[in-house]
Amino acid sequence: MAYEIFLKHDCHIVPNMLNGDCKQMKKTLILAAAATVAASLAPIAPAQAARDFINVVGSSTVYPFTTTVAEQFGRQGRFKTPKVESTGTGGGIKLFCNGVGPQHPDVVNASRRMNASEFDSCKKNGVTGIVEVRVGYDGLTISENKRGPKLDLTRKQVYLALAKQVPDPANPTVLIANPYKRWSEIDKSLPNIKIEVLGPPPTSGTRDSFHELYMETGCRTYPWINTLRSQDEKRFKRVCHTVREDGAFIEAGENDNLIVQKLEANPNAVGIFGFSFLEENLDKLRGSKIEGVEPTFDTISSGKYPASRPLFIYVKKAHIGVIPGLQEFVNEYVSEKALGEEGYLADRGLVPQPKTDLAKTRADVRTLKNFAP
Amino acid sequence: MNSTNDLPVKSADETQALVRKSLARRYRAEKRFRAYGAAAVLAGIGFVIFLFGTIFSQGASVFRQSYVQLTVTYDPEVIDPSGARNPDELVTADYQSIIRAALRERFPQVEGRPNLRELYGVVSSAASLELQQRVVADPSIIGSRETLWVLADDTVDMLLKDKVSRSAPEDERRLSDQQIGWIDALAADDSLKLRFNAAFLSNGDSRDPEQAGVRGALIGSALTLLITLLLSFPIGVGAAIYLEEFAPRNRMTDIIEVNINNLAAVPSIVFGLLGLAMFIALFGLPRSAPLVGGLVLSLLTLPTIIIASRAALKAVPPSIREAALGMGASRLQMVMHHVMPLAIPGMLTGAIIGMARALGESAPLLMIGMVAFIVDVPSGFVDPATALPVQVFLWSDLPERGFVERTSGAIIVLLLFLIVMNATAVILRNKFEKRW
Repeated sequence: MAYEIFLKHDCHIVPNMLNGDCKQMKKTLILAAAATVAASLAPIAPAQAARDFINVVGSSTVYPFTTTVAEQFGRQGRFKTPKVESTGTGGGIKLFCNGVGPQHPDVVNASRRMNASEFDSCKKNGVTGIVEVRVGYDGLTISENKRGPKLDLTRKQVYLALAKQVPDPANPTVLIANPYKRWSEIDKSLPNIKIEVLGPPPTSGTRDSFHELYMETGCRTYPWINTLRSQDEKRFKRVCHTVREDGAFIEAGENDNLIVQKLEANPNAVGIFGFSFLEENLDKLRGSKIEGVEPTFDTISSGKYPASRPLFIYVKKAHIGVIPGLQEFVNEYVSEKALGEEGYLADRGLVPQPKTDLAKTRADVRTLKNFAP
Repeated sequence: MNSTNDLPVKSADETQALVRKSLARRYRAEKRFRAYGAAAVLAGIGFVIFLFGTIFSQGASVFRQSYVQLTVTYDPEVIDPSGARNPDELVTADYQSIIRAALRERFPQVEGRPNLRELYGVVSSAASLELQQRVVADPSIIGSRETLWVLADDTVDMLLKDKVSRSAPEDERRLSDQQIGWIDALAADDSLKLRFNAAFLSNGDSRDPEQAGVRGALIGSALTLLITLLLSFPIGVGAAIYLEEFAPRNRMTDIIEVNINNLAAVPSIVFGLLGLAMFIALFGLPRSAPLVGGLVLSLLTLPTIIIASRAALKAVPPSIREAALGMGASRLQMVMHHVMPLAIPGMLTGAIIGMARALGESAPLLMIGMVAFIVDVPSGFVDPATALPVQVFLWSDLPERGFVERTSGAIIVLLLFLIVMNATAVILRNKFEKRW
């Protein structure tokens, strides 16, 4: 201890000769540190000038499709392979809307439409020309193990199974804490097994879609809740979007493969994830019917399957002609060999849009139609 | 205090009896404690074995990959119809059709578009790239025939590795019955088999599992860590020396010390946000660059290195310092010639811990754009790049089943990288280690 004090303080208390040396030393050290910092920052000076590759950011749901297009596009050898970041829809749009210039992304992947406030922030930062490209659909499936109970659900039943508070069956205008422990308690036609649903966490875009496509629709089958929507939107959201926390709904993390693995192990559980994961695991899993419709390519594409959502990419007009290959990349994306019914994106599990919609999308790309929410 | 005085004084025999009585209990307590310790260690080892067992059992198969042997004809009509050997034309030629012709030649009985489509699906789309590279490297092979091994599609690979069941009904498999028939026919005459998977180590990322490799991520990690090491080790050691040996002991240095300790515990995503705001928004550095990744990760590792280095300096016995000063050394000489050599092993340990943490980080890299699909292998510090943990994260989230083994394979590569890095540091440490 005594030694330590000696050491710490001896710049001040030890004889003068050392003291002077000590000051000198400090100076040298500071200089050396400054030099190191300067040297390490020196090569940075030429800030990034033009970019010769396309930069895509955004949704992790669209990521598997955009990367496929990017790779095919890069293989043609005319332009560099675009870089595709997986940042989530919200984060991606924020980056996209930050401004115009090579340091900002050219394209953003979105698993939902860009909303008005995002569009406004884009406009405020000078990103005025945006082209919306609808690339196809993703079915949000409820899937189960092949040995599972073969559920045939309605969205109302899903809502009743998973909401934190549900209308009292005796008096539907009063909300009570969710009493249902087994599917058969909701409806006699459903099997007598425990409600166990594996789904994405609130940070995921898939969860947002789940709220919108299942919970909200199911919830609005009650007329008084439906009228609540126009009167008290906050309360409506709280009623319809709050998922129970008593163990019946299990947040399984962002990773859909994890849910697939857990379903394999537990035949009585069901999982919520995108159609491409179901399609890849058809030997182990089965998609539950929703309102009598099974999730397949055809039912999702035709809109028969009730829980499907459109996927988009948004393109920054100001970058077309500036970033090499951007126009060609978008053309490749909407081409028949990518987006068509037999295209390589369909092989990856993207559900193509009907022909008439695809023609409209292509027309929008050709004319670079300005997007407005 | 008072109560002890009130206790009756015990005789020696009484005390001994008391001790004997408590002895068994105390031994038991010790035994119990040891058992807890042993149980904790065993449980730990069990988990590690389980973890490594799963990773290796899932990932080991990635180093072997299905290849198909095909006899292709480099048809000049397809590759170079003009005959000019124009390099641009050679690159853009339709090599896919050569592969298709070779497949039709191998299975002449297959007819009809849907059937042919299925047949073409047996071979990976990488096969045409392979042909393209061969032709561009040596245009004189145009017109000749060659038998070569090309990558099979990932669905074929999964079947060969028994990762999908053959017994499932046809509509639940990615491969149809007739495709399995062709696969068996190819396997029967040895023109479809598992061979060493060089592509996994030499390719960048890809959306086709059979073509996806770790090279891009590996180089990205190496470049990033190089920047991190070059920045954080000298600065960290310098800061530690200054704080430990030269800085005055006052409120200011106390505050700095507390802050360094706190920084070591800050969640790494915060450093990512800082990096985004400072290096990318303010300094205008490119997104997704290993340079920015290295800068962010050095912020992350600096506190660890400073704390470990200070501990190493503290551990050097005072006698060494006193002897040096006594012999007339200046303070700088004392530190550089006598204290530092003894402290270096401890500092290197700090660097290992810091670098190992940096190698495993993916959260801060998300903010600066390194969580990305990048096909080209980076060749410099400002090229877009990703890192090994990010590659693991990205692959684990893809639907194709071939990426399951690739995820584990990338983890194996990450572990090997870590072992090599740590081994280097341990060797260096042993080399510098001085005993007294």
